[in-house]
Amino acid sequence: MTLRTEPFIMNMGPVHPSTHGVFRMRVTLDGEVVIDMEPVFGYLHRGIEKLAEERTYLGVIPLTDRLDYLASMTNNFGYCLAVEKLAKIPVPERAEYIRVIMAELQRLAAHLISVGSFLNDAGAYFTPFLYMFRERERIIDLFEMVSGQRLLYNYMRPGGVSQDLPEEFIPALQELLKQMKGYMQEYENLLKDNEILGARAKGVGILTRDMAINIGASGPVLRASGMKWDIRKVDPYSIYNRFEFDIPTGVQGDCYDRYRVRVEEMKQSLRILEQAYQKIPAGPYHTEVPQLIRPPVGETYAHIEAPTGELGFYLVSDGGIAPYRCHVRAPSLMNLTALRDMVKGWKIQDTILTFGSIAITMGEVDR
Amino acid sequence: MTTALVAQDIANQLNANYPGVNTEVNNNAVIIDSKSLLSLMTYLKITPGLDFNYLTTITAIDYYQQFEVVYLLVSMEHNQSLTVKTRCNREDPVLPSVTSLWRSADLQEREIYDLMGITFEGHPNMKRLVLWPEFQGHPQRRDYLQ
Repeated sequence: MTLRTEPFIMNMGPVHPSTHGVFRMRVTLDGEVVIDMEPVFGYLHRGIEKLAEERTYLGVIPLTDRLDYLASMTNNFGYCLAVEKLAKIPVPERAEYIRVIMAELQRLAAHLISVGSFLNDAGAYFTPFLYMFRERERIIDLFEMVSGQRLLYNYMRPGGVSQDLPEEFIPALQELLKQMKGYMQEYENLLKDNEILGARAKGVGILTRDMAINIGASGPVLRASGMKWDIRKVDPYSIYNRFEFDIPTGVQGDCYDRYRVRVEEMKQSLRILEQAYQKIPAGPYHTEVPQLIRPPVGETYAHIEAPTGELGFYLVSDGGIAPYRCHVRAPSLMNLTALRDMVKGWKIQDTILTFGSIAITMGEVDR
Repeated sequence: MTTALVAQDIANQLNANYPGVNTEVNNNAVIIDSKSLLSLMTYLKITPGLDFNYLTTITAIDYYQQFEVVYLLVSMEHNQSLTVKTRCNREDPVLPSVTSLWRSADLQEREIYDLMGITFEGHPNMKRLVLWPEFQGHPQRRDYLQ
């Protein structure tokens, strides 16, 4: 006797522990196998691009914090670079170093969350996640030291940063860097050759190199597919050309490669931090910039390597005090494009894992 | 460093290869007529020496009289970039979709349709992206009243 079956449509999310925010996957299932998937989002749409049009150039900075809320510093950084490019504002040397230190610390913190939640999705329920949170807490303490905030820093300004580093910052950073090496070793011992993680993540959710380029993937997702492309190297901004670091890449673009690339990137961030804090010069930490910046008429695009990928700001100025148009190139949104192809034909639990390995932030997807 | 190609050179090249397309240049961006957008974009993508295989971003700007759509292209092979623009009127905003060339246009064109109200012909799934299907209006337009 043959059993008659029919496809089953299931909504995963919007509120689901593995959706990293409010994200809905409309999954069509044949038994356990995913035969189609449609991502549905917009639950966190706040219209940040529209809001930016009615604020001053400085007033947009707190909005950028709320894009990728796990990497506020990098969002500030990207936006400030765009304004500086548009209004031709110089940045003093010390501020450049402070920015690089913040951006790399933020990359560490964001990757810790990405890796931790990825392992959560793999079924290692909350044990690795809390290890990662232990270290992230230390980084957040450093951010609190400089900006007074723990999550949404609003720290960088066009022409520099809002406050100088306090005296106790560098010793605390040194201490953290020293301990981080031990922590990283802990993760590697626990996870690198873990058989269960290998069985779950190797060969799953493959994104080929050509496809990754075609869908506009960036960041760890692109590099895990074997493309050596990092904005810090290919189009150096700020002072990144002064530091020595490598670009880790994966081989086949599966979930395991994406996890590995993130861990290796954390090691490279530590390398940059080691070099940066030793060379930090004395001097002013910002340029005097008027409260109301009026950039000349024109448009510009500035991009940086955020933890999730290429974060870009397309700013159009009409000579007024507010941006005429502020478009955010959100890496999380672009990285989602191929999710449907990556999960098709896999089991439902692999869908969760693949989605986790892309590590999106809903604040950035919806904006 | 990613080199931004000189738009005038590219425009001359396009005008020579496609007679009658009438490509202009403004502020180091190539401005293409929307009718010939798809064929010229194909040329930019597949011509050796240009190889624009990566579409970084698409965005639309509302200038009241017309919409301007900006495409930022990157060639990963040569580490070069190019800004391409096209325009469409506000009464009947329709542009050809470039999803057949770069799938990165998929979600971005949907976003522009959602927020700016430009329809992309040839897009496989032209629906709203972030707002709900019943929503009226396109909030990113300059004259949208909140």
